[in-house]
Amino acid sequence: MLDQKQHIKLPEGSIEKDTTTLNLGPTHPATHGVFQNILEIDGERIVSAVPTVGYIHRAFEKIAERRPYYQITPLTDRLNYCSAPINNMGWLLTVEKLLGIEVPKRVDYLRVIIMELARIADHLICSSVMGVDTGALTGFVYVMTYRELIYEIYEEICGSRLTTNIGRIGGFERNFTPTAFAKIERFLAEYPAVLKEFETLLTRNRIFMERTQGVGAISAERALSYGFTGPNLRAAGVDYDVRVANPYSSYQDFDFSVPVGTTGDSYDRFLVRNAEMWESISIIRQAMEKLKSLPAEVYHADVPAYYLPDKKDVYTKMEALIYHFKIVMGETDILPGEVYNAVEGANGELGFYLISDGGRSPYRLHFRRPCFIYYQAYPELIKGSMLSDAIVCMSSLNLIAGELDA
Amino acid sequence: MSLTNERIQQRLTEKFGDVLSGFEEPYGLLTLTAQKDYNLKVMQFLFDDEELRFRFLTDITAVHYPEKKNEELAVVYHLHNLQDNIRLRLKVFTPVTKPDVFTATSLYESANWMERETYDFFGINFVGHPNLIRVLNVDEMTYFPMRKEYPLEDAMRIDKDDEMFGRGGNI
Repeated sequence: MLDQKQHIKLPEGSIEKDTTTLNLGPTHPATHGVFQNILEIDGERIVSAVPTVGYIHRAFEKIAERRPYYQITPLTDRLNYCSAPINNMGWLLTVEKLLGIEVPKRVDYLRVIIMELARIADHLICSSVMGVDTGALTGFVYVMTYRELIYEIYEEICGSRLTTNIGRIGGFERNFTPTAFAKIERFLAEYPAVLKEFETLLTRNRIFMERTQGVGAISAERALSYGFTGPNLRAAGVDYDVRVANPYSSYQDFDFSVPVGTTGDSYDRFLVRNAEMWESISIIRQAMEKLKSLPAEVYHADVPAYYLPDKKDVYTKMEALIYHFKIVMGETDILPGEVYNAVEGANGELGFYLISDGGRSPYRLHFRRPCFIYYQAYPELIKGSMLSDAIVCMSSLNLIAGELDA
Repeated sequence: MSLTNERIQQRLTEKFGDVLSGFEEPYGLLTLTAQKDYNLKVMQFLFDDEELRFRFLTDITAVHYPEKKNEELAVVYHLHNLQDNIRLRLKVFTPVTKPDVFTATSLYESANWMERETYDFFGINFVGHPNLIRVLNVDEMTYFPMRKEYPLEDAMRIDKDDEMFGRGGNI
């Protein structure tokens, strides 16, 4: 049990020492999430940092061991809640890989649209928050309108905004409505001008450049050793993107480039994210174009044993009723097997390691959370820099507390 | 993609012989099991070898199999060769009574927190780890919650009078 004394007693020599101990977080407004760092600072210079994580640990891996497969999707929402649909898709793709379900092309493309919208929403937050942390609130407030529009698109498709629970095993719960497509079209029409304007606010802004260039820089070797993935790794100059390396959801059908940086500092991360948003816009355009030639009524694979049937059918058709009962009660046979599946999350390689023993819920499910892995480089990134640089560095890493703590 | 699963298996078998076993390819991912004391040697070889070049550590985790006597805990490594874009899964089984496995922190910086997490939830003792303390759970915790002997509450239990949440006591 807790020894009360240990919290009162000051450590040996803590009064005489030359440096100051400073708690940055866990509830500091500038850390954008529940992150604590115990900094040792000499004036404004950071001598060392000890990150403490786990403040919002919710034991999702344990909870998943009791839930039927379709009930695990809402858990994945709460990992990286800035881009929940990517997590949902990642999980559904893992289950589909385990079960060997082939989904129709149209479902793949619809998923790609959703995932790229989510990537834009996520990068949008990260890039604009970097502006906020360097003193430019305007960009942040300005682009929020379009994050809102993306959330409206989610809402139109699945009914919820932040934690989406979008999609089912085998496809989507319902077809995209004409309103959803109209909103996506509106987004594609209006957003590029906004992104352009957002970039002109910051990219060549002297103050922003001074504040971010050379801040939190990491070499490609160190980044690989620290397990960096996603934009943070690409900013260091490694062109590893899961969408290209191991294409899923028909990403091989799309023509897009993988932006890379050179210095691996906060500024390059910002540039890589912005460049990725342009690629995402292009991918969504291509997907919308490809959808035109596909049958518009297909929105899920024909796998009645795993795909939750339409509620209307459950009330009127015998078969649908049986499958609905079996899926909901967890009596569907899931193949035993062991599968690792990764998707390119907004901040890195989001992996799902799933072991099924044939039971109604996974025997073991492990999330490879990208920011849990690269956050351990944070003390190295900020060592010797100013306190205010540590804040910029943290926001440039795109750390999401929910994902970090799972 | 020049490197194939067959080639990796051949190369590893040449080097380690019967230290490695259980070669499988579930869903195309080469999976193998190393003897308990050889995990670091195998990973070092996979890292250093000019042909294999598994220099990216994707993930470390563990699995608890209570019914497997003397090899209850499996430590699972996912390695990635980024040049040839090929993945590999390495497993090491260890008894729950003495779960000592060598640390991979000397090879990969990223192994540090992954091993701390694995220790936190499964109690794997990574020998040689610089700072093996809990990372997500509270420091005062005295057990390893992801082991199977700690089940979650039964969702269907009826002995709990909790009417406000839709679970009456007299169903």
